[in-house]
Amino acid sequence: MLRGVNFRDDKDFSGCSIFGMMNVRGEKFNGEPVITAIANMKERSNGLGGGYAVYGIYPQYSELYCFHMMYDDQKAREETEEFLKGVFEMEGAEVIPTRSCEGVDDPPLLWRYFLQPRESVACEEEDIDDFVVRAVMHINVGIEGAFVFSSGKNMGVFKGVGFPEDIGRFYRLEEYEGYIWVAHGRFPTNTQGWWGGAHPFNILDWSVVHNGEISSYGINRRYLEMFGYICTLHTDTEVIAYAVDLLVRRHGLSIEDMARVLAAPLWTEIDRMPARERELHTALRQTYGSLLLNGPFSVIISNRSQMIGLTDRIRLRPLVAGRNGDFMYISSEEAPMHLVDDTLRDTWIPQGGVPIVAEMEETVEVPEAEEAKVLPLRHGDTA
Amino acid sequence: MYKDLKSYLLPQYLIERDDYRCIRCEVCARQCAFEVHWYDEEEDAVFADESKCVGCLRCATLCPTNALVVRPNPTQPPPNANWTMEVLQNIYKQAETGGVLLTGMGCDKDYPIYWDRIVLDASQVTNPSIDPLREPMELRTYLGAKPDALKVSRKGGRPDLQTKLTPQLKLETPIMFSAISYGAISYNACESLARAAAEVGTYYNTGEGGLHRNLYKYGANTICQVASGRFGVHADYLEVAAALEIKIGQGAKPGIGGHLPGEKVSAEISRTRMIPKGTDALSPAPHHDIYSIEDLAQLIYALKEATHWEKPVSVKIAAVHNSAAIASGMVRAGADIIALDGIRGGTGAAPTMIRDNVGIPIELALAAVDDRLRQEGIRNRASIVVAGGIRSSADVIKAIALGADAVYIGTAALVALGCHVCQKCYTGKCNWGIATQDPYLSKRLNPDVGARRLVNLLTAWSHEIMEMLGGMGINAIESLRGNRLRLRGVGLTQEELDILGIKHAGS
Amino acid sequence: MRIEVDHHAGLPGVFMRVGDKVKINARQLHYRELNNMIKNAALEGTEEIVVDNVYGQRYIGSGIRRPVRIILHGIPGNDLGAFMDGPHIVVDRNAQDGVGNTMNNGTIVVHGRAGDIVAMGMRGGKIFIRDSVGYRAAIHMKEYRKFRPVLVIGGETQDFLGEYMAGGLVIVLGLGGRGKRRFTARHIGTGMHGGLIFMRGEVEEHQLGKEAAVAPADEEDKEIIRPFVEEYAAYFDKDAERILEGDFLKLYAKSHRPFGGLYAY
Ligand code: SF4
Ligand code: SF4
Repeated sequence: MLRGVNFRDDKDFSGCSIFGMMNVRGEKFNGEPVITAIANMKERSNGLGGGYAVYGIYPQYSELYCFHMMYDDQKAREETEEFLKGVFEMEGAEVIPTRSCEGVDDPPLLWRYFLQPRESVACEEEDIDDFVVRAVMHINVGIEGAFVFSSGKNMGVFKGVGFPEDIGRFYRLEEYEGYIWVAHGRFPTNTQGWWGGAHPFNILDWSVVHNGEISSYGINRRYLEMFGYICTLHTDTEVIAYAVDLLVRRHGLSIEDMARVLAAPLWTEIDRMPARERELHTALRQTYGSLLLNGPFSVIISNRSQMIGLTDRIRLRPLVAGRNGDFMYISSEEAPMHLVDDTLRDTWIPQGGVPIVAEMEETVEVPEAEEAKVLPLRHGDTA
Repeated sequence: MYKDLKSYLLPQYLIERDDYRCIRCEVCARQCAFEVHWYDEEEDAVFADESKCVGCLRCATLCPTNALVVRPNPTQPPPNANWTMEVLQNIYKQAETGGVLLTGMGCDKDYPIYWDRIVLDASQVTNPSIDPLREPMELRTYLGAKPDALKVSRKGGRPDLQTKLTPQLKLETPIMFSAISYGAISYNACESLARAAAEVGTYYNTGEGGLHRNLYKYGANTICQVASGRFGVHADYLEVAAALEIKIGQGAKPGIGGHLPGEKVSAEISRTRMIPKGTDALSPAPHHDIYSIEDLAQLIYALKEATHWEKPVSVKIAAVHNSAAIASGMVRAGADIIALDGIRGGTGAAPTMIRDNVGIPIELALAAVDDRLRQEGIRNRASIVVAGGIRSSADVIKAIALGADAVYIGTAALVALGCHVCQKCYTGKCNWGIATQDPYLSKRLNPDVGARRLVNLLTAWSHEIMEMLGGMGINAIESLRGNRLRLRGVGLTQEELDILGIKHAGS
Repeated sequence: MRIEVDHHAGLPGVFMRVGDKVKINARQLHYRELNNMIKNAALEGTEEIVVDNVYGQRYIGSGIRRPVRIILHGIPGNDLGAFMDGPHIVVDRNAQDGVGNTMNNGTIVVHGRAGDIVAMGMRGGKIFIRDSVGYRAAIHMKEYRKFRPVLVIGGETQDFLGEYMAGGLVIVLGLGGRGKRRFTARHIGTGMHGGLIFMRGEVEEHQLGKEAAVAPADEEDKEIIRPFVEEYAAYFDKDAERILEGDFLKLYAKSHRPFGGLYAY
């Protein structure tokens, strides 16, 4: 069963390792350093979940939404495909290439689709992205045994139950190159791991990997429900992805202001700020208090042009950043950054609640002519 | 009515005096406004007329030698689940007087107290609890409408907030003092509440009796009520308030008005309420300018206009069956704050049958209102304040987790001032100097002492709230607000759990 | 672009014995393998253990009760020297979180920065960090009889320095900036009820926890810290006299029972 044993927990929680690496000029690189780095923090995970988000991997389809799907069975696939064909032009559909790999058992059926919202359906919608979000919610809530785990453009999430390095081999990540790689190793405390419950969590271009537990989950979730986000997964990470989507994409807040909502400064600090800032920060807390992420967390949030590291406001979870030339690193621990980059010297520990923002420094045209990474359609190639 | 009708009432309380301890100081005789005790010089003994005793324990508390025991009269009618002593006494009273039964304070019937069937969560392992004594712990709460989204523009890094928030009340702890009018309680009690609110950084509520001139200086911490009687409502009153509250109803007596008897309308009260001395002060049951929801909107905007849109406007209703829908209408009518008062809410005077049988427990009303506003996507447009039977910091924190922004405490605040919940407030003879206008009695409550006791209470509760929040790994109260996952029910039916939106303990 | 990670810099774990010295290559070693090698070498009476290519291995130095020297090249993992009771550890680069956690005795010298909760619950021994440290350094540090822990930080610290501190000595030198150091950490000494913190530079009132008192350090105070500043200077090649010339603030507990009035009985 796709959703695993149905425990009635409020949500699951996990301790974890997170690692992100970005080339700020948009130059693509292979996943080996990221896999090595996340494997180096093995003590922080327990083999019950690993995953990656990689940006820049589908250049030939860069204008299409790519859905990565998990299915329990062919019936769920047929039902989903029928739904997808109804509202999207389906420009490509294939099994996600994998190899069998020790330590990675019982994978679900893994498929990916390259989709363009149908004009007839989409033109009635004021915002295509909102439309896609609704389609994702529809599948995740409405179609038994089907789960969208990636829905962005020119990016993809690869995740499952296993140690992250095994998951990397399982998905043949050595065959991909991207300019942002974000990885996660998980240490869940309860369920025997459900593939969909591994990190990263993704909605549109946003991906989130997360370490920690969010004590405010109950209210964060109820607040997001008011805006149409349905939290199906019972994980706080999902909540972060939706919160970022709401604040940045829909409400148009800057990354800094978004960070100030998720990890708000203390009132005592706000009270000491100059008038304008005080007004802003007071309003942010008053308006978005229900989205304050309370409790220990460190996260890496990424989209196609940014990689953002953030911890809770009193930094109860670790995060270290580093920069070497065009490469930016964000990690739970310092050692793995050095392990994969021996010449790295510039590293720092951010203040709690202050985001580290790695941004594309020049908009680099994504080269078109790369060899297609999308392999031809092959059925049943999941084990 | 026959004047000489023999009363069949038995004393409600028995007074036992230990003659060996009694030193004949006559404190009890002087302290009891009900004239229960007297000293007989000839016999050199103190006697008591127990039939007058209301059980306020003033005498027992002040007796220097602890010579007095006041206890409920154990004499009972023949055992009968239906015809209890209370039922019989009520009938005797009415048979002897032909009157409506009157009482004070909140409903004392044995309805389930859901607070006591709800338990809180704490962090273990996966999430550190936070030590509130050393780590920051934020209780600050803002009441008022919040926008759906903020627009911020940045010019050269300088933020410019495009969305301006409507006025907000800033509370340093999410506890305010409920509406209690000057008239129902003494001036000294009002002053104690006002000063404590100012010192703590929260608010007290004038109730419907206007605001005494001397208390205008606490205006920044005052919520001025506008009720159906409009007593003392004039431009200065509206101007000085931090917020205004339209009182539609009250938990102790939903659907009925009020009546301050003319005897209590002293010179000071007459000045404050702006009615002639000695006349009855009648609060009609409804506002006669509000017969429907759009009329409420009209009054809300009239108050906003009159105060230059500088103050949030609260609307207070009694928690009744249909509260959720009513609350939704109130939000849409422009209320910035919705105050809900549950069946256990107190009063200075209410017909007993109303007090004890009309309305619903606040816990259920709160859960239903918060749910409904969220389903409609308008929860942020108003804050929710609940009242009616908040007895401890645990009740406060559970209310907040169920979805309240803040609570009002009335009875608990009066208890802090000495009230022993004898429920005889309507007699005007409160021995504790609270529910009285008798200068001899009211000077027993020194506002310096009263304010200190109230500040202590709020300080202690705030500390306890911080401890409980910290235990849950939360360091800002907004992260608990509406966070029902941190609650569990114990011994509740599925129906009750569903309404409260919580799971049963163990699941 | 293809990035290769050299997984095999030398043979992992090779154990070279040169006189009293032992050399270990930690590349690819799990912490248990590495720490077993270190412990065995220490038990055999080795004077100095040099470990190359340390990348994130945890608990190095834990469980050793001899005054052995352990020289680490690389970035040791969390809980370096946790519960340690005697060794002298030198790190040539940065250290991660939890350095000297509940340490009893010994010395840790870090030629770089350390992460969060340095010297948490430390009861004895000395820690010298050349640069700065993260959050909650010296949290609940305590002293008991002859045990008096010392933490010297060359740069500055992040928030909650000396939280709940119950004893011991913390010295923050504020080196590295230009002019007088204005510390930025918040909530310093919150819940402090013992011990002393010296900070070379400026701290504003609002940065302190309400249980911490502050006063300028006088000459007598400087004599308390002198030996440790000198030791710091010796490790990192600095001028102790010049450091000591600076203005220090002394932070101490207002009361040994800061929460005495909290409860109603
Ligand atoms: S009414 Fe109060 S003061 Fe008077 S006798 Fe009864 S308990 Fe005592
Ligand atoms: S206020 Fe006074 S009269 Fe009213 S219940 Fe309390 S003690 Fe009794």
